[in-house]
Amino acid sequence: MSAPTGDRPATAAAIAAAVRAGETTAAEVLETHLARIDEREGEIHAFNLVLADEAREAAAAIDRRVAAGEDVGPLAGVPIALKDNLTTRGIPTTCSSKILEGWCPPYDATVVERVAAAGAISVGKTNLDEFAMGSSTENSAFGPTRNPRDTSRVPGGSSGGSAAAVAAGFSPISLGSDTGGSIRQPAALCGVVGVKPTYGLVSRYGLIAFASSLDQIGPFAATVEDAAILLDVIAGHDPRDSTSIPEAIAPVRSVLGDGVEGLRIGLVTELMGEGIAPDVAARVQAAAEALEAAGAEVGEATVPAVTYGLSAYYLIAPAEASSNLSRYDGVRYGLRVDAATTGEMMTATRTAGFGNEVKRRIMLGTYALSAGYYDAYYGKALKVRTLIARDFAAAYEQFDLLLSPTSPTTAFELGAKTADPLTMYLNDICTIPTNLVGHAAMSVPFGVGDDGLPVGVQVLAPALGEPTMFRAAAVLEEAAR
Amino acid sequence: MIEFTSAPSDAPPIISPITGDAWELVVGLEVHCELATATKLFCSCPNQFGDEPNTNVCPVCLGLPGSLPVLNRQVATFAMTLGRALHCSVEPSVFARKNYFYPDMPKDYQVTQFDQPTNVDGFIDLPDGLRVGIERAHIEEDTGKNSHLTNAVGGGGGRIHNADYSLIDYNRAGVPLVEIVGRPDIHTSDQAKAYVDELRSILLATGVSDAKMEEGSMRADANVSVRRVGDATLGRRCEVKNVNSLRSLGRAIDHEALRQIDLLENDEVVMQETRHWDEENGRTRSGRSKEDADDYRYFQEPDLVPLVPTAAEIAAIDAALPLLPAARRQRLAEAAGVTPDAVALHVAKGLDDLAHAAIGSGADADRVLTHVEHNLPADGAEQLDPQHLAALVTLEFEGKLTATQAKTVLAEMVGTGDDPEAIAQRLGFEAMDTGALETVVDSVIAASPDEWAEFVSLDPADKRTKKLTGFFTGAIMKATQGKADGRIVNTILTERRNAAS
Repeated sequence: MSAPTGDRPATAAAIAAAVRAGETTAAEVLETHLARIDEREGEIHAFNLVLADEAREAAAAIDRRVAAGEDVGPLAGVPIALKDNLTTRGIPTTCSSKILEGWCPPYDATVVERVAAAGAISVGKTNLDEFAMGSSTENSAFGPTRNPRDTSRVPGGSSGGSAAAVAAGFSPISLGSDTGGSIRQPAALCGVVGVKPTYGLVSRYGLIAFASSLDQIGPFAATVEDAAILLDVIAGHDPRDSTSIPEAIAPVRSVLGDGVEGLRIGLVTELMGEGIAPDVAARVQAAAEALEAAGAEVGEATVPAVTYGLSAYYLIAPAEASSNLSRYDGVRYGLRVDAATTGEMMTATRTAGFGNEVKRRIMLGTYALSAGYYDAYYGKALKVRTLIARDFAAAYEQFDLLLSPTSPTTAFELGAKTADPLTMYLNDICTIPTNLVGHAAMSVPFGVGDDGLPVGVQVLAPALGEPTMFRAAAVLEEAAR
Repeated sequence: MIEFTSAPSDAPPIISPITGDAWELVVGLEVHCELATATKLFCSCPNQFGDEPNTNVCPVCLGLPGSLPVLNRQVATFAMTLGRALHCSVEPSVFARKNYFYPDMPKDYQVTQFDQPTNVDGFIDLPDGLRVGIERAHIEEDTGKNSHLTNAVGGGGGRIHNADYSLIDYNRAGVPLVEIVGRPDIHTSDQAKAYVDELRSILLATGVSDAKMEEGSMRADANVSVRRVGDATLGRRCEVKNVNSLRSLGRAIDHEALRQIDLLENDEVVMQETRHWDEENGRTRSGRSKEDADDYRYFQEPDLVPLVPTAAEIAAIDAALPLLPAARRQRLAEAAGVTPDAVALHVAKGLDDLAHAAIGSGADADRVLTHVEHNLPADGAEQLDPQHLAALVTLEFEGKLTATQAKTVLAEMVGTGDDPEAIAQRLGFEAMDTGALETVVDSVIAASPDEWAEFVSLDPADKRTKKLTGFFTGAIMKATQGKADGRIVNTILTERRNAAS
């Protein structure tokens, strides 16, 4: 992460405070960040599109409003990067896929509206694994993103661009989406904070669907406080999303200083053994000790069914994806490859427009839902989902929060896992269970591994347990300092 | 979708025109109707027929990436209302995706209901007493509309295989539908027509759909099969689509039955397939075969939550249900002392309230039913005061008005709203006294001596008697300008004949 230069504010909290107080301007803040983008973006490739002109206009508007004495909101003048699967009115939204070539959505996602209303300045649309399918941002039609900590390494994925943007100091905060770990795993690999909120806490309206029952939008930030501020802005009921939760939660920013005294925190034993790199496991152990030192009761938790999470996920997510991605047929928008008949046009368009990983998952999902296979695959996966929920419920009777690694390893080299999809899928073994049950979880940086690269610790909470989860995250952040 | 079992029926069999063998027809109908909500199923676009193409659209009904559906509560209420009107049980339901690629479907899947539909296990009672089971009535979204065009001069084309290009109108995409899946309890094409007609009446009575087959807001598909009378197992069925009127439905079913009988009698097999009714040529032609049909890969729609009505909601729907056609027939039939079938038209015309009230005021039921069925104009009849109708029938019965005069007065009543006595007086309709009428009768007899001689010589049972009675009655009516009471004329004629023979 770029160190703050001089006495310029670096965090979203500090920027918003300074802009609101008239100590700096949104324009000035923006130029600092655009300069960083100019400097390193060629090397990192965090963005599919940098919105310099639009951002300058928006920053000027914020400054006019501040000058007029208006309160422009908790993200006043804060640059933000948006994962390129969030719709932005009149601005190309690609999902890093050729199939959406040339498409400009006629509407903003709810979260895009909310961050703008809070005063944030969108600086660009960030790179991702095509349609959010991947764990390294190598499955992008526009080329991979590199890890700002070590550019020979991947930033993780699928929200690799959003994680890298924060890690490189291109923007203090960004938005990603998390279907099986796509916020938390890149946050861990890039050494930033990443939050997967409770399913339904943040509206999905305008998030281009990968797997609708698992997708959730969430924040990236360099600090726990910034992540809390951004979550408070984007959380809350949206009548345009039927799965949006009607109840509100307490603003998480207000509980950050509450500490973990008396909280019961369980280390998930199933996620600490096989497949987890020893240096990563050691950091998680150290995190548990730090929480204990801060007054938490730490014990060993068992959630047996999580070991089936990966298998269930790779039936449910592709099944939903196979249906969600049907609409990219060349008829209405995006790429069209002409052919003699409508059916042939659809086939040619989809063959040319989708990358291999997307095709692989569409085929997996189509197969899992097919007559004669549904019960054995999709139906069984739904049952596993229920079992995992049952085991989590039992664990949360004993513990307020759970703890595990976010990713089994630190950032790996580009190309290291592209040949074998299964090895790549194993990256998400610790993060997937949370999506299957709709709970909350976040990754907090906690030191480095043997290779000197960041390690992320995952804090897991039951549905709507964000306030408690953030209390633990704040303690870990402090302990890691 | 239909579970194909059907009990043997009492309906007359189809006699094969070639072999003379007796065949039984088995039909199950699937009817789609568009709900008459102000807005679409999952968005706030207007639900409106006939607007400029692609004007009633938004990101949701166009299925744009990132958009999400939100259930229109009015749809839920209408669907449950229809369910209750069909005597269904309203159940907690979930939405499902039916996946297949077709350009008129913006998302390339249709949101529908699969294993947990909103309404299950109901029935419709037809006027003739037949009860047709309803398996389910579920909510789903409509598709857009394709037009297949050719570059040739004036080139409509209409068929996809010879089209140069196609245009799609998505105004209809996302319009709410209820699909009513009937059980295969239908055994004649007339029953099929009666079923659809009855369903239409229920849709109109509840106000949930405008049910216009011609505009496509109500569409019936028929699953047709035949079996030899006495066979327990059902024949293989074909689904006949593209039927745009009740008449077409009857023709299509009759044609399809004969086609299948012909195949089976020639030791050929009926292919299970979709067949399209060709109105112009009066035949069905093969669509796609069900055997290589798409696998729709149904699964629960993750973007929507289950629809779980409370007992209070269902009770409120029940309380708001209007009196439905079958109950209306039953009510009027009981009051009039006839069968429900005999008052089907009165109910269909929406004039059963009028008839029921008039009979309730003590007027003769037969005369009331006859007037309402035959003598009322199409417009304005429902505004007629039942007391006036009852008064008219009484005047007629007391011999103060002839049948012909009564018809004229009735027409005047509808136009003016006046009471029949006042109208009769205004028109100078006072029934002739018998003495004056006898004079007229005698002069008519004197003017036609040959016919009278024949009339007198005939046996009253001879069919010529009836004809000659008509001849004399007509002449007398003409001479009295319709003021004579037909029954009295008849009495005088009989007296005169008895005296002469």
